[in-house]
Amino acid sequence: MTTPVASDAGRPVFLCGETMTATNTGRALNVGDIRESYLAQVGRRRLYSGLALLIFVVLMVSGFNVADERNAGGFWEGLHQIGDYPSEVLAEAWEKRADLPSLIAKFFPALVETINIAAMSTIIGAVAGLILSLLGTRGLAKWPLLIPLFRRFSDILRAIPEIVIALVLIFVLGGGPVPAMIAIALHTAGALAKMFSEVAENADLKPVEGLASTGATWTQRMLLGVLPQVAPNYVSYTLLRFEINIRASAILGFVGAGGLGYELRNAMAWGPGRFDEAAAIFVLLFGTIVFFDQASSRYRNRLTEGQAQ
Amino acid sequence: MSSVDIQATKTHAEGLFRRKRLFAFGVPAVILAYFTYIFFAFDLPSLLQRANMENARTLTSDIWSHKVHVTRDNRNGEISYAVEGERKGAYPVGARPDWVSGTDVITVDLGADTIVRFLPDNRTEVDIAGFGLIAAQAEGRKVSTNLPADLPDWINASDRRVAITTPEGRITLTGSKTEVFNYFAGWELFWFTLDSPYHGVGFSQVLFGDQIDPDRGNISGAMSDFWNNKMWRHKDVAWAIGETILMAFLGTMGAAMIALPLAFMAAKRFTPIVLLRAATRRLFDFVRGVDALIWTVVLARAFGPGPLTGALAILITDTGTFGKTFSEALENVEDKQIEGVTSTGAKPLQRYRFGVIPQVVPVLLAQVLYFLESNTRSATIIGAITGGGIGLMLTQAIQTQKDWEEVAYYIILIIVMVMLMDWLSGWLRGKLIGNKDG
Repeated sequence: MTTPVASDAGRPVFLCGETMTATNTGRALNVGDIRESYLAQVGRRRLYSGLALLIFVVLMVSGFNVADERNAGGFWEGLHQIGDYPSEVLAEAWEKRADLPSLIAKFFPALVETINIAAMSTIIGAVAGLILSLLGTRGLAKWPLLIPLFRRFSDILRAIPEIVIALVLIFVLGGGPVPAMIAIALHTAGALAKMFSEVAENADLKPVEGLASTGATWTQRMLLGVLPQVAPNYVSYTLLRFEINIRASAILGFVGAGGLGYELRNAMAWGPGRFDEAAAIFVLLFGTIVFFDQASSRYRNRLTEGQAQ
Repeated sequence: MSSVDIQATKTHAEGLFRRKRLFAFGVPAVILAYFTYIFFAFDLPSLLQRANMENARTLTSDIWSHKVHVTRDNRNGEISYAVEGERKGAYPVGARPDWVSGTDVITVDLGADTIVRFLPDNRTEVDIAGFGLIAAQAEGRKVSTNLPADLPDWINASDRRVAITTPEGRITLTGSKTEVFNYFAGWELFWFTLDSPYHGVGFSQVLFGDQIDPDRGNISGAMSDFWNNKMWRHKDVAWAIGETILMAFLGTMGAAMIALPLAFMAAKRFTPIVLLRAATRRLFDFVRGVDALIWTVVLARAFGPGPLTGALAILITDTGTFGKTFSEALENVEDKQIEGVTSTGAKPLQRYRFGVIPQVVPVLLAQVLYFLESNTRSATIIGAITGGGIGLMLTQAIQTQKDWEEVAYYIILIIVMVMLMDWLSGWLRGKLIGNKDG
């Protein structure tokens, strides 16, 4: 009788049932024990939760204070200024609203470049991630002994922030879209390799065995036996990554890798007088992100629903 | 089965095959066409010309090595010795590396029979094995040498500047100064700078040996000298990493705390008012759509550069993402548990606490912890834009284009930091909601 109470200690409803059965069988002494041990458990649980909460609150408050202290402007002084910059930009953009369409047309090529960087790095990263994931999945790997090697390699690829590779490559290759593309592709390969291999682990191995019995090579087994099973999930993850990569490619532009982010930095450096350009870029970036988010989430829903049927 | 039926099935099957074939060839063709377009749009043909191989070489050699400068100021004849030519890496007065000798004639032995001699009256001799003796005289702003007109490609000479690059080191002669760079493997001065008494002292000697500095205990003195190392700035680096993690922590947790109540407002089950629901959802879409980049830019104007700005940028963007996923999780809550709790006479607040929260907490926690790791990476990038944390130190080190060993150091630290956060978030997830995949 004691064990179920102990394991379900967190749920008051259960306790009522257990105590009642205990009373009915007439073991009155046990009821007291059970109640006592239950209350002790609840007390301990509360203590632990309380302590965790306390630590969390202390971390948050002291973290906020440290961040506030090390920031150039304080939180409370800055709070009422948040609206200043957007309203300045908006006011100027509104004043020159007649120019907005032409400015949007002017920055459209930069937008195309940003999207191209994202698309190319997603394609390259997905292919590399696919290979890495198949080589790093138990049961599918071509060289089972090297699985840890490929896994650690994709872990490292995933851990490197894009900006690190982008900045180093800009130094060697000069500014432009290629450094950003390589940087994002490397990170994408690592990130997708992990998600892909989680899916591939659950793939049915029967088709693979069947193909192996016909003498198919490893590549053929993967292409014909595994890929058709995992394709919907892979496409879905790749699309999600594409959304993320559009944002990443805009950010990398800001540190000198071309595209919309680069134009934004230039427009910002000009300050007042060029706020209409900044506004046009904001509009383009916002529109693009929302558009691709919506489009890809719609398509992803269709993919996963199709799978459920 | 009649023949008509077979005919119809056959046409249908053929149609399917055609579609499949079209798809199988069409998709690669489209991708190939796109690659061709990108090839020209990204201007790949001229990329190799634009690529700076000299930079690549400096980068790869600087990452694992350091150089010691021996410089003679030709105006006053003074000779200085400094690691990387930086003042903070300078040898104390009277001290010099052991590969330099002589008093009137200073002899710099670069190794492999390559010897540079600083002679009086601003004369310099460079003795290179297999090439011969190069004598140079600096006067005013000019340099005169005995070099022939026909030079190998590792010597670059004009009447203003002579640069000699050998595998052992580099020698640069101009009218105003004569410089010798001697290369060594490793990160010099990583532990202690030259002005510290602990420089060049073994690890065990610091721990167990005699007191080196009379004013301080060995361990505390060594710790303080290491911590305040001017060359590698360990203190600043540690603070920067702390700032980056702080940005990720504050941003993620703050976003989760703000998003949770808002998610109740965006979930159909808990908010019957259509207008309120729609408004909350549009708010989520808006803050997500205005990317972290734009938030960073806008917030940096209000709060100035620093970790707080980065934390707030992460907070605002992630509030949108969390709000969306949280409200989806809330939509999918099971009714049975709420009914069960209601049947015990629970009030609405208790119904949420015992009927809803236990169901959604695992989903939410998993999401938050995953974002904590991914935001550590974002915080590095945002730090580079807004000016805080390790991201800023990295960009600064890259922009000066000379301290590549520091860049390599920061990159290693960043990777270790992200992997640690990855491990920590996985560990916490296992502790808090049970481990699924070991």
